[in-house]
Amino acid sequence: MSETKSRSVRDKDVHSLPALLARNVAQFGDKAAYREKQFGIWQSWTWREAAEDIEALALGLLIKGINPGDHVAIIGQNRPHFYMTMVAVQSVGAVPVPVYQDAVAEEIAYVLDHCGARFAVVEDQEQVDKVIEVKDRLPAIDHIIYVAPRGLRKYDHSALSQFDVLQEEGRAARAELQSELDARRDALGYDDTCVMLYTSGTTGRPKGVVLSNRNIIETSKASAEFDHLKSDEDILAYLPMAWVGDFIFSVGQAYWAGFCVNCPESTDTLSTDLREIGPTYYFAPPRVFEGQLTQVMIRMEDAGRLKQWLFRKFMDHARSVGPAMLDGADVGTWDRLKYKLGELFVYGPLKNTLGFSKVRVGYTAGEAIGPEIFDFYRGLGINLKQLYGQTEASVFITQQPDNEVRSDTVGIPSPGVEVKIADSGEVYYRSPGVFVEYYKNAESTASTKDAEGWVATGDAGFIEEGTGHLKIIDRAKDVGKTASGALFAPKYVENKLKFFPNILEAVVFGADREMCTAFINIDLTAVGNWAERNNIAYASYQELAGHPDVLATIQSHIEEVNTSLASDAMLSGCQIHRFLVLHKELDADDGELTRTRKVRRAPIEEKYADLIAALYDGSDSVSTETEVTYEDGRKGSIKATLKICDAKVADVKMMEAAE
Amino acid sequence: MNAMAGNYTTEDGRKIGGVMMEMRNITLRFGGVEAIKDISFDILEGEIRAIIGPNGAGKSSMLNVISGFYHPQEGEVWFHGAKRPSMKPYQVAQQGIARTFQNIALFDGMSVLDNIMTGRLTHMKTGLLSQALWRGAAEREEVANREFVEKIIDFLEIQHIRKTPVGRLPYGLKKRVELARALAAEPKLLLLDEPMAGMNVEEKEDMSRYILDTNDEFGTTIALIEHDMGVVMDLSDRVVVMDYGRKIGDGTPDDVRNNQDVIDAYLGVSHD
Repeated sequence: MSETKSRSVRDKDVHSLPALLARNVAQFGDKAAYREKQFGIWQSWTWREAAEDIEALALGLLIKGINPGDHVAIIGQNRPHFYMTMVAVQSVGAVPVPVYQDAVAEEIAYVLDHCGARFAVVEDQEQVDKVIEVKDRLPAIDHIIYVAPRGLRKYDHSALSQFDVLQEEGRAARAELQSELDARRDALGYDDTCVMLYTSGTTGRPKGVVLSNRNIIETSKASAEFDHLKSDEDILAYLPMAWVGDFIFSVGQAYWAGFCVNCPESTDTLSTDLREIGPTYYFAPPRVFEGQLTQVMIRMEDAGRLKQWLFRKFMDHARSVGPAMLDGADVGTWDRLKYKLGELFVYGPLKNTLGFSKVRVGYTAGEAIGPEIFDFYRGLGINLKQLYGQTEASVFITQQPDNEVRSDTVGIPSPGVEVKIADSGEVYYRSPGVFVEYYKNAESTASTKDAEGWVATGDAGFIEEGTGHLKIIDRAKDVGKTASGALFAPKYVENKLKFFPNILEAVVFGADREMCTAFINIDLTAVGNWAERNNIAYASYQELAGHPDVLATIQSHIEEVNTSLASDAMLSGCQIHRFLVLHKELDADDGELTRTRKVRRAPIEEKYADLIAALYDGSDSVSTETEVTYEDGRKGSIKATLKICDAKVADVKMMEAAE
Repeated sequence: MNAMAGNYTTEDGRKIGGVMMEMRNITLRFGGVEAIKDISFDILEGEIRAIIGPNGAGKSSMLNVISGFYHPQEGEVWFHGAKRPSMKPYQVAQQGIARTFQNIALFDGMSVLDNIMTGRLTHMKTGLLSQALWRGAAEREEVANREFVEKIIDFLEIQHIRKTPVGRLPYGLKKRVELARALAAEPKLLLLDEPMAGMNVEEKEDMSRYILDTNDEFGTTIALIEHDMGVVMDLSDRVVVMDYGRKIGDGTPDDVRNNQDVIDAYLGVSHD
């Protein structure tokens, strides 16, 4: 059979992931499908081996009485076992529901209860305990399957199975169950549910987004073609499996293009694993790139003088010509030569240390990325691009094509996606990737997706004239007015603040108020390093956050932002008049951030009402007591007296007068 | 259920076997100081046995007697039903007894991996020459030992510091590496000298989990000295209480908690 013929056969007939798996076994049977570092060595599964393991698990699930349409919760960190579980679950006609593994028992209970999960496939004792803790409230739960047996030997195994033991049972029962499995697998259609993902929910309870095989496969196909993804790509799967991006990259695109998904040894070994794998296709949210850049800068400050000089010299050059060279623009011969030299001395070794030597396509999304950070990576010759997406869209709404990359836009509509801007400024889209529905929530489905298939993103933005690139300003519902009627876009200001390495998180207030104020979270890595360098002793995060020099530094950052805001006629009303530096880091465990680390405004406003009051009543300091939740779910509290600082506001009267 | 007799199953389903080690009327003197006075107790197969007592009670001395570092002037040590002759510590180690130290005793300049590999020393059989040449049996042996060490690294979740020199690690992790080295020796009996000393609550919880899991997964018998009463009472199956070199209590955590001598000596009466 010729290559073209097999291609056309495969394109028409694959209407489910199990079907794609079979195609991949036929095409790349002996190529690695998964790798995972364990016991210090990268272990791999070929497509053939993966298919065999998946089938064994599917048979095991049949023994346990799984029915078509059942929901199966998957709770664990990125491991081949869980990716294979997803496909095994689909093979028997059931629906995989990956759940954030660091979620506390309460959150897990909500999701498991809402989807009525009958099975849970989990990592280890910790996750088993979480599910057992809330099991009384979950009548639907039938059986829990765990991967790591440690500490679980003594548990009652009447409703508990070990992953590989279940696979063995499945293999043993092949003779009697194979025909049932084949029948269920063959019955899978293009419009059957592929996966259900719960949105992290910046507001209210998480919603279960139902994505069909059509959504996932069409999106994977279009996006893989957009970036020319081939079967020889390597990716590192380290972002939460419950997040739609990981599902598209590590399952959808990986199955469509047939490339290898590599799983790290543990979350702590990520940087080593990244270096060892050298991915060709890489995704990270801005904070990961920020974190890496901060690390590099801190380590450079400890380097010798010659190295520092080399680094500065060549990085300046990289920033000035690197991005242009990456975009294929015309750059002078001398600059090219100098860049080559830099590649030899600085860029090459640095990329190698970061694990980016082989990156052909890199994406960042989820939040705005600082222009300096963006230029740093692009300057190094890393093809880092931005995309804009949502769970409801199977990720892709807009993305940046090669050679059209900028830090302040999110790109042009992805292939197959239509984008329009409503009169209110809200961005709408329509595509083959648009979700089927919110599970058991027809009301929300109707308010998000209209009859013609247009979906409201909830983000306000506009399409830039001339280039057709989309620019996002803020969440549509967060964009408001101050008491004086000026436009208030908190996220826009917060992002500007967060571009400073010393600021980890910022929350700006000002809707319907006479002025804007802010909470600031310092970045412990950056500020701690600064303190060490300047011989400033501190005993705790709280003490460092309250240090007068730290407050002065933050104040200068805020004033810088104010100056830049003042130059923008639309946003000059968002300048920050007063601020305080919080005594604790905002945390998802305390309900202040979502699991994907987005600020949850309403809970913060409620929890810190006393602090906000102090920001507006003119007082110099405020005493407060805050409840904190530890990782294991216990609660404690911390007391603090916070100083409230005034920031200089740049003059905009001139402009107002001119208008 | 009689905890003293052995051969029973604990509430959480672990099997406790017969007597593994028995200390009979041990007395240990340093010159005129009697560190241990006529103490007898036993350690059962598969149990977690704690030795507690105020500072200077003789706990560490007791552990050193078990590990063969000190030789008591009077009394006998019985191990697996036979009286143990006076031994050098390495001979004791060969019998399957491993330990950790109160003041961490690791090789600071060596990586975590190399430190743990030293724990495999008693399992290396090939000679110096073949190890130097690293051919055939020596190579196979090294690979097998490395595999075992990697399992321990996985078990104690220290993959991220595998190649880090021990000297650069924080205290809590050093303690964990020391436990890893002791476990690498595949001990029948593991002696832990204040495994939680100087740790914060979270580190203590982690270490407790590792101790319980070690006992559970490998069936290792564990004897430990510890100051933190909460930890001792939660972890141990049975507790020996010492005060001024004498044994003043011996039994389950509940027995010991309710023993008036123990309360007076250690738990209840203030010392100021």
